[in-house]
Amino acid sequence: MPQFDPAVWSPQLVWLAITFVALYLLMSRVALPRIGDILEERETRIARNLEKAETLKAKVDEAVATYEQRMADARARAQETLRQARDAAADEAARRHAELGAELSRRIGEGEARIAEAQAEAAAGVRDIAVDVAAGAAQRLLGGRIDRKGVTAATEAVLAETG
Amino acid sequence: MIKKRKTKGAGTAVANPLDQFIIKTILPINVGNVDASFTNSSLLMVIAVAVVTLFLTRSMRERKLVPGRWQSVAELTYQFVGNMVRTNAGSGGKPYFPFIFSLFMFILMGNMLGMIPYSFTFTSHIIVTLAMALMVFIGTTVVAFAKHGVKFFSFFLPHGTPWYIAPVLVPIEILSYFTRPVSLSLRLFANLTAGHTLLKVFTGFVFAMGLAGVIPLAASVALTGLEFLLAFLQAYVFAVLSCIYLHDALHMH
Repeated sequence: MPQFDPAVWSPQLVWLAITFVALYLLMSRVALPRIGDILEERETRIARNLEKAETLKAKVDEAVATYEQRMADARARAQETLRQARDAAADEAARRHAELGAELSRRIGEGEARIAEAQAEAAAGVRDIAVDVAAGAAQRLLGGRIDRKGVTAATEAVLAETG
Repeated sequence: MIKKRKTKGAGTAVANPLDQFIIKTILPINVGNVDASFTNSSLLMVIAVAVVTLFLTRSMRERKLVPGRWQSVAELTYQFVGNMVRTNAGSGGKPYFPFIFSLFMFILMGNMLGMIPYSFTFTSHIIVTLAMALMVFIGTTVVAFAKHGVKFFSFFLPHGTPWYIAPVLVPIEILSYFTRPVSLSLRLFANLTAGHTLLKVFTGFVFAMGLAGVIPLAASVALTGLEFLLAFLQAYVFAVLSCIYLHDALHMH
């Protein structure tokens, strides 16, 4: 086997030493730091972005909580306003109802009073007419002077009797 | 300049399956008494370093926060080896990450580039794998001594061992410690050599068997797939074992 020929050992050892040292220097000084740097940079960048995302998420959560709180407040306020409006309307309606009732009953009272007055007037008119008719009739029948007072009393007595 | 060694079978369809491991000198260099010639093995090592460096630097050129395809692959490679070091070497393994990464990429590229026809697999040479294994072995031992001092010797006597077993256990532990570089280097060397030889043997049969050659052809296609898996797996095993040895050095057992 050519591998066991000692004559070829020394050039191989020399060139192995040269090339391996060259490779080691190139790797450790040039190639590997570059790759390491970029990997590290990416790692920190990702970590930083994750951190940022986390804080943003916390902010969003907070905003959502605030929004919901405000929403609940607004809803409660709206309910309150609605209730107040309804109560006010109900009060107003009741008040107007009462007012109208009072007005109506006042008018009814007035009407009734007017009717009673008219009735009384009419009744008085009827009595006067009756008295006149009775007095006229009595004069025709009896002639002479008729005592008006007596006719009135008699007529009233008859009216009271007949109702 | 290329000095080809003439081999038997060259020129015919059936080449010696071991010819692929021959070192061919491209540019003879001598530093003092040391032969430092630039060979096909050296060429592939240089190409491996160039490919890894270009791949990692070109793909990261735009340094995008959202990676494209190439950048994704580069980042995945980084994280793959990073996780390997973290899980196997434990805490304190981070300073050794560039070393493990270079080791893994170097072996992976050596194995993968070796799969290209007519190229060369430098990880199939025992001297290369042994040198890398010894580098890991000596390195981890030095780290262990630097971190634990003489207490490192207690590594050979695990906690809670009854005193009467110690005379047997300590030599076993020492032996197992020193076989580490051997097993580490042999595993890679043997796997790559055997796989590539087998591949060559089968493809040799394709021409030798005429029409029936489709059978070894199918086998070599399947073996090629297996070789790619092996190329990755052996690089991974080498790197993981290095991490585990590093863990032992840093934390003792």
